[in-house]
Amino acid sequence: MIAIKNLHKSFKKNHVLKGIDVEIRGQGILALLGPNGSGKTTMLKCFLGMVIPDSGEILFQGNNIIGQYVYRQSVGYLPQIAKFPENLTGRELIELMKSIKSGETREDALIDLFDLSSELDKKMSNLSGGNRQKVNITLALMHDSPLIILDEPSAGLDPLSIKKFKDFLRLEKERGKTIIVTTHIMSLAEDLADDILFLLDGQVYFQGSLSRLLELQMEESLENAIAQILDSKKKSPSHERYIEV
Amino acid sequence: MKKVWFSIGFLMSVFSALAVTRQVCSSCTHASFHEAYDVSADGDTIMMMGGQYSVENIVVDKAITLIGKEGATFRAASGGEILTIAGDGVTIEGLTFSGVQTNYLKENAGIRIRRSKNFRITNCQFDQCFFAIYLERARHGVVEGNKILGNAVREADSGNGVHAWYCDSLRIVGNVIAGHRDGIYFEFVDNSFIGDNYSYGNLRYGLHFMFSNDDQYIGNRFEDNGVGVAVMFSRRIEMRENNFYKNWGNAAYGLLLKEIYDASIVSNTFSENSVAIFVEGSNRIQYDRNDFIRNGWAIKFSGGCEENSIVNNNFLHNSLDMLVSAKLYNNTVVNNYWSAYAGYDLDKDGLGDVPYYPVSLFSYVMNQVPESVILLRSLFVDIVNFAEKVSPVFTPRDVFDPAPKMNRVL
Amino acid sequence: MKDILRYSFYEMVRSRWVYIYTAFYLITTISLWLLSNDNSKVLISMTNITLGLTPLIGLLFGTTYYYNSREFIQMLMSQPLSRWNIFISVYGGLAITLCASVLVGVGLPMLFFGVLQTETLSIFLILLTMACTLSIIFSLIAFLVAMRYDDKVRGLSISILIWLTFAILYDGVVLLLLLVFKDYPLDQLTIGAIVLNPIDMARILIIMKLDISAMMGYTGAVLSTFLGKTWGTGLIILSILTWMLLPLLSLRRLGNHKDF
Repeated sequence: MIAIKNLHKSFKKNHVLKGIDVEIRGQGILALLGPNGSGKTTMLKCFLGMVIPDSGEILFQGNNIIGQYVYRQSVGYLPQIAKFPENLTGRELIELMKSIKSGETREDALIDLFDLSSELDKKMSNLSGGNRQKVNITLALMHDSPLIILDEPSAGLDPLSIKKFKDFLRLEKERGKTIIVTTHIMSLAEDLADDILFLLDGQVYFQGSLSRLLELQMEESLENAIAQILDSKKKSPSHERYIEV
Repeated sequence: MKKVWFSIGFLMSVFSALAVTRQVCSSCTHASFHEAYDVSADGDTIMMMGGQYSVENIVVDKAITLIGKEGATFRAASGGEILTIAGDGVTIEGLTFSGVQTNYLKENAGIRIRRSKNFRITNCQFDQCFFAIYLERARHGVVEGNKILGNAVREADSGNGVHAWYCDSLRIVGNVIAGHRDGIYFEFVDNSFIGDNYSYGNLRYGLHFMFSNDDQYIGNRFEDNGVGVAVMFSRRIEMRENNFYKNWGNAAYGLLLKEIYDASIVSNTFSENSVAIFVEGSNRIQYDRNDFIRNGWAIKFSGGCEENSIVNNNFLHNSLDMLVSAKLYNNTVVNNYWSAYAGYDLDKDGLGDVPYYPVSLFSYVMNQVPESVILLRSLFVDIVNFAEKVSPVFTPRDVFDPAPKMNRVL
Repeated sequence: MKDILRYSFYEMVRSRWVYIYTAFYLITTISLWLLSNDNSKVLISMTNITLGLTPLIGLLFGTTYYYNSREFIQMLMSQPLSRWNIFISVYGGLAITLCASVLVGVGLPMLFFGVLQTETLSIFLILLTMACTLSIIFSLIAFLVAMRYDDKVRGLSISILIWLTFAILYDGVVLLLLLVFKDYPLDQLTIGAIVLNPIDMARILIIMKLDISAMMGYTGAVLSTFLGKTWGTGLIILSILTWMLLPLLSLRRLGNHKDF
């Protein structure tokens, strides 16, 4: 579905992406992991066209998408920091999103899921962080897009909402969606992900199934496995990579 | 008593019965002016019937009345002078004069009045004459309701509409004068009245006084001349209820005063002139109840001016109100209405409680560098003017209106 | 495009600052009128105020609005929209609001005071057009500044600097040049000085109506023809259009290359 070839990006002197090569095929939930500054968000933003890569190719459904925008019709994206226009209401933003993107929408289901209906007529600036995130999620997922990209989706959500949201994502997976999630909460990744894409220093360090990563690192939990990778990286900064295709 | 009146009436009717009216036309008894004039006596009337008469250098010294009918025209046969009045009591009415050409040696005119009195020139028309009416040493005459249209292009090649030299007690009323060098020119003319004329599009001055005293001009309109009215070296001129409009240009003024004394300028309207009044060395002038509306400058003083009083005038939306480039002595500026005044009137007596300073720093700058006009009303200029107002360095401290009116003077 | 424009207009129009800005114009216009009862006096004062204020507010609102909309713009970027479409719509919302503020704040009360019946109508129309034009140009410049500098403090400082330059310093320098070179023919210099600064152009268009008599009093033949004839007005309009077009092109260029 997505193929990224030799992607480079620098912000001034900061070389963030140093030749990323990834191929994401088929359905299921992919957890995009990596320490701060490893290039996760930059890579996603390159895919979404918010960051313009220095070199490399990004293919989506077989087409190069750099400089294009129509392909985003098939992508639902939840940005990491969502500070929306403060003076608009949730309902207006939903209307706006409907007018931007064509296709069937299912905002009612999401509003029900998060019990948002009483919050929709308030200005965004008057909502709590959690409710803002819920509106945000609603906006990202209301269109039935085949690809969903979530950047830190659990930020600000209460445990009940997280649970409901996870259930919703699983349902989506079963409906054949491809979902990419970045998160710093390992339990969430462990809980949801079929596959792991681990970035380190702007390169792909590991890509493969969750069980394979645990096996390789000889650890029981994802959290420990990741910690171990980072630890060993500190001791011997070699660029040994584990990529399972 | 009745008898006396009766005998006077009788005598007059006898007299008028003696006066003869002669018509001139190609099929009349008299085919030319000369034929008719030769047989005329004082008090007779010659009536020119329609048509064009090619004439030149006519001299009229009998007290006749010459009337033009049906557009009768005297055309200068070879471009020289048409008619000279050399006797008293001549009346010329409704005749058209044309074709007097520019002459660099002789100041040829449509009608010249020489050393005569009690003349009347009324409702005549002057088309493209070098000089139209030329009065020399004339007295007690009337020039009224004439239409004087020249086609002057350059000052050096053109003459004046009404030119008066060494005259006294003239009445110049209700004429329309355009396209000459000066619309009306007075040199050594005293005790005369100029009223209700419309003088426009003249190259130099709409009305020009030189060395003339005790004259009045009232209710005239001066538009789009080089300078509306120039009053020079004259005394006791009364200027009232005139309209000075759109006299535009580098040296264009509504009214130019140079070395004049004891004049009064009352109830005139100056609108949209580059400079409404330019004053040079003039003393004891009274400016009262005039309206200065949207002029570049309302009043520019240059040279020493003493004992002038500027009271009860309206200064409305002029780009700049005043410029003073020399020291002024004993002048009174008070109780005027200034639209740019931003003061207050706490005691509600209709007069502002803080003085108004009509001379701004930018006034000076613009006088020095005219191009800086493009910075008019800019924030920078406002700031500079304000700074100058707070602590004056260049602008005179002594020119101000201590009690400006809060409302327009009506 | 229309929809984003609509919603960014809603966003702006609900901001407290827009109300304060509009109220300021309303109060100033009304109180000036009550004080003087004279339409042309009000128009002259409002000319001075709007020529200074519209660029300043355009710049300040423009920068802060962009910084506040950054995340919204990012969100829009993940949608099937071209970058140009996003920027022009978001900017459009700002520009329309700023223009509406002036039209409501200055235009409405003047209409109420019967400006249509007086000879000052043409000045009134030019004033409103120029106030809107300046709002458009300077908020656009503000957008560019904010896009160029991610740091808010820096962006705002640069905006204020731009205002100081165009509104005050520029005229100071022009005056200085005119004074220094007063013995030389200054026509071309003056015309050049006018058409390079949009605030000056707006002001000149207004004073060409307001102070025509003063403008016509001037020596330079070239300047007189420039000011008096239609081609001068034409040149000014052309230059104003350039002032809108060039920033728009840079918006497009910068927008296409910027990372979010």
